[in-house]
Amino acid sequence: MHERTKNVDILKEIARRVRIDLLKALHRAKSGHTGGSLSSVEILVSLYFSELRHNPKNPRWGDRDRFVLSKGHGVPALYSVLAHAGYFAREELMSLRKPGSRLQGHPEYDLEIGIEATTGSLGHGLSAANGMALAARMDGKDIRIYALLSDGELQEGASWEAITTSSYRKLDNLCAIVDRNRFQNDGAMKDIKDIEPVPDKWRAFGWEVETLPDGHDFPSILSAFEKARQTKGKPFVIIANTIKGKGVSIFENQGKYHGVAPTDDELKVALNELGEAA
Amino acid sequence: MSRTQISDFLVDEVTEHVYIRETYGKTLVELGREYPNIVVLDADLTVSTKTNLFGKEFPNRFFTMGVSEQDMMGTAAGFALSGKIPFASTFAIFATGRAWEHVRQSIVFPKLNVKIVATHAGVTVGEDGATHQALEDIALMRVLPNMTVIVPADAVETEKVIRTIVNHKGPTYVRLARAKFPTIFKKSYEFEIGKARVLREGKHVTIFAVGIMVCEALEASKILEREGISACVVNVSTVKPIDVETIVKAASSTGAVVTAEDHNIIGGLGGAIAEVLGENYPTLMKRIGMNDRFGTSGDGLQLLEYFGLKARNIVQAAHELLEFNSQKKSVVL
Repeated sequence: MHERTKNVDILKEIARRVRIDLLKALHRAKSGHTGGSLSSVEILVSLYFSELRHNPKNPRWGDRDRFVLSKGHGVPALYSVLAHAGYFAREELMSLRKPGSRLQGHPEYDLEIGIEATTGSLGHGLSAANGMALAARMDGKDIRIYALLSDGELQEGASWEAITTSSYRKLDNLCAIVDRNRFQNDGAMKDIKDIEPVPDKWRAFGWEVETLPDGHDFPSILSAFEKARQTKGKPFVIIANTIKGKGVSIFENQGKYHGVAPTDDELKVALNELGEAA
Repeated sequence: MSRTQISDFLVDEVTEHVYIRETYGKTLVELGREYPNIVVLDADLTVSTKTNLFGKEFPNRFFTMGVSEQDMMGTAAGFALSGKIPFASTFAIFATGRAWEHVRQSIVFPKLNVKIVATHAGVTVGEDGATHQALEDIALMRVLPNMTVIVPADAVETEKVIRTIVNHKGPTYVRLARAKFPTIFKKSYEFEIGKARVLREGKHVTIFAVGIMVCEALEASKILEREGISACVVNVSTVKPIDVETIVKAASSTGAVVTAEDHNIIGGLGGAIAEVLGENYPTLMKRIGMNDRFGTSGDGLQLLEYFGLKARNIVQAAHELLEFNSQKKSVVL
């Protein structure tokens, strides 16, 4: 199994490097989702370096915990985390979005690189996670299933079908995380189609809800995962308030960086802020 | 025509009419005993699809998903990703229409081992009317890379199909219907994925058919025989991957082709056969099916009559083709 840590300094340093690599990959690809990748970094680093039982050297290990990136467009962050965790070489990140690359624009099921499900079309991932959680329960396996959703994704009706299934089936081996950065492709969610109050909605759908004021704060993410593991009889959701474009001042809370990659100049600014020479 | 040109798999005379969805349900129960990895999901139509039979015997492997077809397909994907063999059932219109994108993204693109067995396809749904009559499902499923699309012709073939697909790894769509189907095959019938079956050899016209229309095609061949026209009848139960070799051979042996299906003639069997022949052996053809229109309420079997999906419509099409071909020949002469 992969070594896990709760050392916040180590996790912060990993997050910094993950950001640097995902931005370089996006810049090389000349397209991709910058804002929603950066907002998920601490959540993903917490999962792969502290929470999940997994083994990058044995990605088909039957008793591994499962992670489904339902907000598939944020996959540059996941690829970067998987590379840092040892699933594949960091150099491969530069093949992002290229023909024939294993690192496609949206994640494609490939256990060799640690991708557990094909996602990208929103409102799909939680259903697959439910299926995994039901199968694990049937098999009496003590494994946990995690799914990361975006808040924009909650506009998909299918999300709520899945949210209902999880609670009806009392899937306490399932933990959902909402990367609540409050932006979607066309702009701020409140200007497009507001879906608040998000925590109340999940609660009304039968979930145990934990809202994190700062979804980039490692201690609170880790303690929420701890709570999730101890919650019995219902599924657990972490609503993580995040900042779209987190970690680079020019991207933060800028809706226009939802679906565009950094330019040459923007990458320089970003790398400088992240303490990396361009 | 001598008896030797008629397949040994055919019964001498149709005496039985069977709900093939009931055959599905019963077969699923038998398979459930043999395969502990089978799980069954259904979207609030368990009595109609007959998955309730499985549910009674294996409640712990049976998942009622409620009226949530998209979620059902996604959940089935999750089961498959965990090594289960999920069967997901509902009406064909919801399985292939409502949930199409979930089927595409979550199941078929990653080649997951999910069996979508949909009932109530075609106009034989009957009184529920056009909203519930899937006339596009073959097209919607066969356009997906990696997908296997199967349309059984009767109860015997349905059982063989369900037993076969359990051991076939990969996404599979099976199209069943609501109405009772005449049993045309003997128990000895052999089904093989990707193999079209020539049920009757012929010299003048070839009829390719699927589902309930295979029986109509056989009936048509008998009418034509009395008129001195020898018709070849082929059951194309695997619409994808389609059996190019058998289709080209059967078409080239007559030079005139009629297709017959309880589905829109666009994108269904007729479309599939036209694609094969257009590229391999251009042959004049007529497509019997729903002529780019929606259905209507009415008695299921009478609707076949109403929409011109009967043996005599196939016969009529054969006449038109043969007449056209003979005129063409005389022009050449």
